[in-house]
Amino acid sequence: MNRIDQLLARDSFIERGARRRAQALLDPGSLRELAGPFARLHSPWLAMQGLVTQSDDGVVVAKGRLDGAPTVVLAIEGGFQGGSMGEIGAAKIAGSLELAAGDNRRGIPTQAVILFETGGVRLQEANLGLAGIAEIQAAIVDLRRYRPVIGVSAGTVGCYGGMSIAAGLCSYLVLTREARLGLNGPQVIEQEAGAAEFDARNRALIWGLTGGEQRVAAGLADACVQDDSAEVRATVARLFAQGLPARHRSERAAETLAALARADASQQPAPADARGIYQGDA
Amino acid sequence: MEKLAFTFPAGRPAAGRAVTGVVSSGDLEVLLEPGRDGSTTVAVQTSVDGYGGNWTALLERVLGPGELPAAHIEINDNGATPGVVRMRIEQAFEEAAS
Repeated sequence: MNRIDQLLARDSFIERGARRRAQALLDPGSLRELAGPFARLHSPWLAMQGLVTQSDDGVVVAKGRLDGAPTVVLAIEGGFQGGSMGEIGAAKIAGSLELAAGDNRRGIPTQAVILFETGGVRLQEANLGLAGIAEIQAAIVDLRRYRPVIGVSAGTVGCYGGMSIAAGLCSYLVLTREARLGLNGPQVIEQEAGAAEFDARNRALIWGLTGGEQRVAAGLADACVQDDSAEVRATVARLFAQGLPARHRSERAAETLAALARADASQQPAPADARGIYQGDA
Repeated sequence: MEKLAFTFPAGRPAAGRAVTGVVSSGDLEVLLEPGRDGSTTVAVQTSVDGYGGNWTALLERVLGPGELPAAHIEINDNGATPGVVRMRIEQAFEEAAS
């Protein structure tokens, strides 16, 4: 097959919505959606502000099996309000992770995948969204004592804000080249520090420093995959099969901070330099 | 944001329920559940005000003949064009039937 045929034959993961992404990861016929659209868990806060709500608040909770193992997939719909985390959506994710941890304590080794497609907190829901993200983070740290929690960000929204911290707490993180991962988005950095610090219109700079390929090369994520549903699924399955990492990335924070302290911040680093910083040789 | 409500004649209740689309820019979410025999209700919330006439004309064209199964339809719209609205409604009927 030539490259065009390969491209056309590929089952894109990015082009799938949240619900169909969850279907792509779970064994056929095993998916059961919890707190789904017909439960009508709308955001009560968006309607008060004159905004159209979505009946699942932009989060799909899909319980099923992955290669036979009990698995819950928490898929964020990036198309709805930028995948932002409000009170309801965040509670659905946190609650599901807490139930999975409870399963493990009762001898059922439930594992979790979170599909991050989010700009972080939903500004319209302010503190309730932030509190929800904190609950998600606490629940990830609880569950990952038993089974890996795997984060996937495929794009095109990427993963930012408080949810990038949640992604950093995951046992493993899988990105595509199209995905971006960062605490602050490009426009936020430009607004706060100026275009000289970060030019939010420079796409090569944005993907060069915060894109999936760079984040994996820098050791801030574990796998960079093609935008291919089968490859995403196979990578997630392989990482679950590896079991828990000896030390989670967040448990290595002291080393990362020390490496950052040694870095020369007087110059804007090129992508290759930035990789070196995290490897501790800059 | 504007809320609109409609009732149309219909056939037998729909076989199942379905959800299609998402509330993203230029798209809409359609929730379809079986309705009462002979009657379809549509509840619309749309981000764009002042297009009641367009909604009436479009829904009249799709549901007015009363040939589709009876359903409760809920639409959450984020500025979809009439073509997209029609496609999502028909997709929901198709998925509810299978």
